Amino acid sequence: MIILENVNKSFKNVKVLNNLNISFEDKKITVVIGRSGEGKSVMLKHIVGLLRPDSGRVLFNDIDLNAINKKELNELRKKFGMVFQDGALFDSINIFENVAFPLRQHLKLSEGDIIKKVMSGLNDVGLSGIESKMPAELSGGMRKRVAVARAMILEPETVLFDEPTTGLDPIMSDVINNLIISTQKHFKYTGIIISHDIEGAYKTADTIAMLYEGAIIEKGDAEKFKTSDNPVVRQFVTGSMNGPIVI
Amino acid sequence: MDFILHYFERIGLFVLYIINELGSLIIYLWNCILSIFRYSVNFSNLFDQMSFIGIGSFYIVGLTGLFTGMVLSLQSYYAARIVGVTYMIGPTVALAMTRELGPVLTALMITARCGSSMASEIGTMKISEQVDALEVMAVDPFYFLSVPRIIASMIMLPLMSIVTSLIGIFGGYVVYKFFLGLNGTVFVDMIYKYIKLSDIYNGLIKAVFFGIILATISTFKGFEASGGSKGVGRVTTQAVVLSSIYILFADYILTSILF
Repeated sequence: MIILENVNKSFKNVKVLNNLNISFEDKKITVVIGRSGEGKSVMLKHIVGLLRPDSGRVLFNDIDLNAINKKELNELRKKFGMVFQDGALFDSINIFENVAFPLRQHLKLSEGDIIKKVMSGLNDVGLSGIESKMPAELSGGMRKRVAVARAMILEPETVLFDEPTTGLDPIMSDVINNLIISTQKHFKYTGIIISHDIEGAYKTADTIAMLYEGAIIEKGDAEKFKTSDNPVVRQFVTGSMNGPIVI
Repeated sequence: MDFILHYFERIGLFVLYIINELGSLIIYLWNCILSIFRYSVNFSNLFDQMSFIGIGSFYIVGLTGLFTGMVLSLQSYYAARIVGVTYMIGPTVALAMTRELGPVLTALMITARCGSSMASEIGTMKISEQVDALEVMAVDPFYFLSVPRIIASMIMLPLMSIVTSLIGIFGGYVVYKFFLGLNGTVFVDMIYKYIKLSDIYNGLIKAVFFGIILATISTFKGFEASGGSKGVGRVTTQAVVLSSIYILFADYILTSILF
């Protein structure tokens, strides 16, 4: 289980995370929603140890990420997969090598096994036949699907998605949401998605949490969010410019 | 009075900035050295970088050496003719190339060609979250991106320095024999007479240090990139300027120690 306890983080005197407390249930998908700039990506980077909190704790299976050394943190990171907002594919190598990268770094597999795994991974995301292309030759949606394949290739315990549908058309967004649901069912990973796509959250989430002013203000299932009395939540899910959220 | 205080404040801030940068650079280099011992070297990545720095820079350092040697020969002739020691042009060109111009010019040209590329490549990876992706995949970015570049520079700079020096001496010979119409045998014989082995290997030791300096600063600056394409441009410029200054500074220090 992943738990963030009283996490505070500031950048140049701007408080981004303000005593943040949240836990993520194992083998379920939690979607954290919130406006842009509310600290969702910052929270995600704390979970994989890319950022360290000013105060508070980030626990992964009861291990405090701040209390372990770099080598131990790297061992722990092998249990994570992450899909970055723009894919973060390595632009100097082709799609095959991008997906094969974690395998080559961490497993001693034969070339034949690597080919088999990469082809299967790309097939799972519906992208067979693009192995020799470079990332720059792909559309945004294809890049994200390749990023999903790369994140899944080591069959991690936890997969983090940083705004997986941002910048995609509604159909491609639905493709990505379905991909998340199907891969989660298949691999049984703990999924943490940060997004401001409400429809996508309703579709993919077992639990939804809303981050506002650096803290979680509401957490529950899709139904709870649809019927929430919290004016901030209501304004956000209805997408209204009128309400307590100052623009 | 305020103006004077403000002036000293700016000097103080500049000194603090230099100390901070130098400290960060040393810590960064130390982390890279630790990475070498922590993980096995990725030879495929290392050979790619060696090819980029060495084979890829062959023509540019070759041309630099050729024209430098030719100019040296010509300039030395004007001075040597006055005092009647034109037979010393060969050793003058060879000493200047092996001791000084070979390593320094090679380092400066490779900084311009490869250092800028290292900084911009890593900088682009940084701002497009590829460096974060490496970290999340439990791959140490220093080990994966910096170490091969630093080791490759350390190996290739002396080799390219030899290329620059040899082509420079050849250029000097061509001018000496064919343009100035002097005896080419004298040019070669005098080089053998006056050049010591220590002139060559001390020049190569310098080149090793220059390789470490240029690759360390360039990769370090790449990791400092932020704020989009403008940020990448800024760190690339800083990488080239800082590397060049540190190379020239190190050249003075090493020359005073080695020769």
